[in-house]
Amino acid sequence: MLKMNHLSKVYRTEVVETYALRDFNIDVKEGEFVAVTGPSGSGKTTFLTIAGLLETFSGGEYHLDGIEVSQLNDNARSKIRNEKIGFIFQAFNLIPDLNVYDNIEVPLRYRGMKGAERKQRIMDSLERVGLSSRAKHYPAELSGGQQQRVAIARALAGSPRLLLADEPTGNLDTQMARGVLELIEDIHRDGATIVMVTHDPELAARAQRNVHIIDGQVVDLSEEPRFHSHPEETTQSQR
Amino acid sequence: MFGYYFELALCSLKRNKVLTALMVLAIALGIGASMTTLTVLHVLSGDPLPDKSAKLYYPQLDPRDLSGMHPGAEPPNQVSWMDGMNLLKAGRADRQALMTGGAVAIQPAESAIDPFFEDARFTTRDFFSMFDVPFQYGHAWGKAEDDNDARLVVLSQRINDKLFGGVDSTGKTLRMGGKDFRIVGVLDSWRPTPHFYDLTTGNYSESEGVYLPLLTAIDLKFPFNGSRDCWGNGTNADMKTGLCTWMQFWVQLDTPAKASAYKQFLINYSSQQKSLGVYQREPNVRLRGLMQWLDYSKVVPSDVHLQLWLALGFLVVCLVNTVGLMLAKFLRRSGELGVRRALGASRGSVFAQLLVEAGTVGLVGGIGGLLLAVLGLWFVRMQPSDYAALAHLDLPMLAATFFLAVSATLVAGLLPAWRACVLAPAPQLKAA
Repeated sequence: MLKMNHLSKVYRTEVVETYALRDFNIDVKEGEFVAVTGPSGSGKTTFLTIAGLLETFSGGEYHLDGIEVSQLNDNARSKIRNEKIGFIFQAFNLIPDLNVYDNIEVPLRYRGMKGAERKQRIMDSLERVGLSSRAKHYPAELSGGQQQRVAIARALAGSPRLLLADEPTGNLDTQMARGVLELIEDIHRDGATIVMVTHDPELAARAQRNVHIIDGQVVDLSEEPRFHSHPEETTQSQR
Repeated sequence: MFGYYFELALCSLKRNKVLTALMVLAIALGIGASMTTLTVLHVLSGDPLPDKSAKLYYPQLDPRDLSGMHPGAEPPNQVSWMDGMNLLKAGRADRQALMTGGAVAIQPAESAIDPFFEDARFTTRDFFSMFDVPFQYGHAWGKAEDDNDARLVVLSQRINDKLFGGVDSTGKTLRMGGKDFRIVGVLDSWRPTPHFYDLTTGNYSESEGVYLPLLTAIDLKFPFNGSRDCWGNGTNADMKTGLCTWMQFWVQLDTPAKASAYKQFLINYSSQQKSLGVYQREPNVRLRGLMQWLDYSKVVPSDVHLQLWLALGFLVVCLVNTVGLMLAKFLRRSGELGVRRALGASRGSVFAQLLVEAGTVGLVGGIGGLLLAVLGLWFVRMQPSDYAALAHLDLPMLAATFFLAVSATLVAGLLPAWRACVLAPAPQLKAA
């Protein structure tokens, strides 16, 4: 589903070159749930934005669903983002002036979907995240957990094959975080590929596979799927 | 997607009311000032006879003596009695009319109305058909009446309303200058703008109240209105000579070939007059079309052009301010735009969305500008100039107001929209 070979991302100024990713290799199979961990500044978010075609890369190859994306123009990249990728952000990134319904509608509008189908998808996804009654509410009228569930509904409505989550529970308390994670696992069970950047060892432990990034490179890439890892053990081992 | 972008634009306008109000105000002020001056220019420089002007020509001859002659000099703007009558009798055009302005004392039969002076046009009959003058009642006089000193008159609608309450007055008698005239026609509303057929009585003056056969008016020595230019032994006392120009002569020529032939006729006529010793100068003729004649005569006052340039300059200043305000508004929303990009909006989609928003600001600004233009034109109408009363917004200018407002704002929105749509989405998402 997502394969990067010797990928690099360099930020250049007149005097210095900074490698955010260097000789970066990763292969995420269709239907996998991968957690990406690493210290702050290690390149996790850069990896995620490149994976989501929100940023270009300096070198190497990136194949997304079998398509080499480096030569795609903006329209083609936008179309892939719209049709194949769903995003969940730590800060929710809902549009404050739009109500819940209209927020979820945004990606469907860009897909050129007819009104009746848009409505059906929006109501289905709202029901799935348990917020059917909040369709007319504005983000400011919702709790953090509810906002993140709206963001998940927005991603769900587009039926993405790849869900990219950047610290999806970073701004939530434990109880809300658990609810959000359960939703993500639900989406995974339905067949979507999940790549989740997280600092939280408990969350990482719920993924099938962990990828650790340090200084822009993948280290300790475990090839063994971990379907039934125990969060407590992982947490202790991190201490 | 246009409908969606328009919904988003309305939503965005409500978001920051102060910034929106400033943008709308800037556009409205610029558009209001521009449309006020543009409307005045439009009214003053319009084609007075759009369906006919291409066939109407104003011949000019040069019967002056040699004093003050210099190469390339333009011939006089009017014709002499002698030349006018010669050209009229030659009848080489499809239609032709010789005319001058005048004034008559009207003595109404109705005792409740005091006698009054009224502007008149002394003309030959083709005036009416050549200029498509509309009749409410009756008709123009015939060819025979042009030549036999007939006491006939055609009234304007205004005078017919004043004297006869607007009813059909044809066949009735009107006393003017101590003589009785039979009314043969009453015009419908008619005010060509500019007053093209005789600019010596005012570029934008109202149409005359009464129309009399030329020879009748001259024989009765009715007072003449306008300007005259005499040379040599020419005097104001005897204008039935070739030594004073004071009349207007118009011709209708239905094809360009006829126009060329007529110009050659004017040259031949001038040569013949010179060979007869009547003219002293070499043939110096012009045959300008109606619109060329108005351009040549610089009918539109120069201050109107100056005001227009000032207003357009002000519009540019307003637009520059709008660019700044729009830039601030769009870049402030970089977080939202980043989210939209992440969710599948291409750069082009974001650009289109922001341009629709700019166009919406222009539309609202256009409404404000329209109100200001209506106010501005009211002020113009209060001014003591002969064109002031004409300053009204018509349908084309109404459409032009919104076209100018929206297109100007779209131009102003190009840079802000472009700057906002090329922002990399990833940093905006972190900042959102």
